[in-house]
Amino acid sequence: MTTAIEVHGLGKRFGRQAVLDGLDLAVAEGSVFALLGPNGAGKTTTINILTTLVRPDSGTARVAGYDVTAEPDAVRARISLTGQQAAVDEVLSGRENLLMLGRLSGLDAKGARARAGELLERFDLVDAAKRPVKTYSGGMRRRLDLALSLVVPTPVLFLDEPTTGLDTRSRLELWAVIAEIAAAGATVFLTTQYLEEADRLADRIAVLDGGRLVAEGTAAELKARIGGDVVELRGPDDEVLAELPTDGTVHGLRAAVDELDRHAASAAPGAHVIVRRPSLDDVFLAITAAGHGRDRNPATDLIASKG
Amino acid sequence: MTVITAAGPAAPVRSDELRPRPRLGALTAEAVFIRRSLTHSLRDGEALLMAIMLPVMLMLLFTFVFGGALDPSGGYVDYVVPGIILLCAGFGASSTALYVARDMSSGVIDRFRTMPLHAGAVLTGHVVASVVRNLLATAVVIGVAVLVGFRPTADLAGWLGAIGMIALYILAITWLFAAIGLAAGSPDAASGYGFILLFLPYLSSAFVPVETLPEWLQWIAENQPVTPVIETIRSFLMGTPMEDSGWWALGWCLAIIAFAAWWGAWLFRRKAGRR
Repeated sequence: MTTAIEVHGLGKRFGRQAVLDGLDLAVAEGSVFALLGPNGAGKTTTINILTTLVRPDSGTARVAGYDVTAEPDAVRARISLTGQQAAVDEVLSGRENLLMLGRLSGLDAKGARARAGELLERFDLVDAAKRPVKTYSGGMRRRLDLALSLVVPTPVLFLDEPTTGLDTRSRLELWAVIAEIAAAGATVFLTTQYLEEADRLADRIAVLDGGRLVAEGTAAELKARIGGDVVELRGPDDEVLAELPTDGTVHGLRAAVDELDRHAASAAPGAHVIVRRPSLDDVFLAITAAGHGRDRNPATDLIASKG
Repeated sequence: MTVITAAGPAAPVRSDELRPRPRLGALTAEAVFIRRSLTHSLRDGEALLMAIMLPVMLMLLFTFVFGGALDPSGGYVDYVVPGIILLCAGFGASSTALYVARDMSSGVIDRFRTMPLHAGAVLTGHVVASVVRNLLATAVVIGVAVLVGFRPTADLAGWLGAIGMIALYILAITWLFAAIGLAAGSPDAASGYGFILLFLPYLSSAFVPVETLPEWLQWIAENQPVTPVIETIRSFLMGTPMEDSGWWALGWCLAIIAFAAWWGAWLFRRKAGRR
């Protein structure tokens, strides 16, 4: 496997606060990697170091084969960043933003115009192309932001919480585009607070908590860590009335069903049973709770913030 | 992985297109950012209107309202034009602080900083646009001044000298405002901090001769940059004695540019990417 991103013992403090505390990770070329964690876990700091915006205090990071502190320009030539804040020029129009980025990416005037046209069409911004970006909706801004990152498609793409604050429709659209970029062979490194997003897009998921990785693997591997299927009792409107984890054996399943028998609502009309694989939510709760057994459980805020 | 089909024609990227960004030619980034800042100036309608209206209003105010009392002979317009030019240049340049602060507090600067280019060129763009904007405002001031009786005695060399001096002063004060924009925490703070600089012309020989000021104020007026700059412009345009003003003006402007460039570079390294 060729490694697109390689991080060893990365540390960063802001004042007395250790934001990253010995982070290690490796991302295979052409894969989608999701860094998952609650607010304040160090996700954005990780992205800022990998994209040469911030220098680490300790440890090393290589992106596309180059060291981020020793050869920042070589790294910059090979990456694009779509940050949490839309990195668009509000005064210019969508087309002007794309033309500017084209020239700054080394295209000539003709090449920049052609690429801007393609991207406006692909990101459904043709009608808004001439309007100043300050009149754009949140979803349009994010689409333009991603389009700007693709003016010259670089081998590595960083996305910092790409869908935070977007409505469902815009989120689905962006997911589709990210999947297409990945299918073209780019390495995509994304951070997210949404377990569903990581599950949907990423080949591998790392869970970051308190500046270190607490778990890493494929979505399936992470789910397997907490064992077998979950039996759910649902009401007539599909609302979850009871949730019982099993150990994955026939015996365990029977015990769970017996348990449900004692549940008053199981006799109600429309009540039904579903057996499902554990979700990443279950995994996240299990990992972070086991990790430090303290009062403040970031997974709680995390699930609450899913809205 | 499942590829969800989205609306829209082609894929945004084809696998054969993935490549590093090509190396930029010298000054390409500067040219792009200058164009960007000029476009910003043209689109900021209110600021543009102010940049043109303010000099005209001040010109008329000083000539017709104060002028009669200050110089009953009616020659005050010849005295005051250099002062109005510098006052308006200061005002026009102050918007640079706002533009720079706005860039620094938005995500756009991070995009430039993650590309293989000299991101400081963003500042160059704002500075050049400010110089262009303010030279235009200067032309408007001089035009209106001539309409209300300004009669400079300068020959071509005198005009070139005056324009060179004005351009250098605009460049110096713009760099200073750019650095203030970097130092300010927010765009709002940026316009606040810059305000103090706009008072300097009032405490100089711009509107009244230094000898008429109280003694302690005379000391300030004689030892601040605006007075020698004003005297130099006056000398070029009206033929008043230059004495050593020219050298002082040149020295002040170059010192301000050097300081602002050093301070700005330091702030830019320190601030960028730290939000």
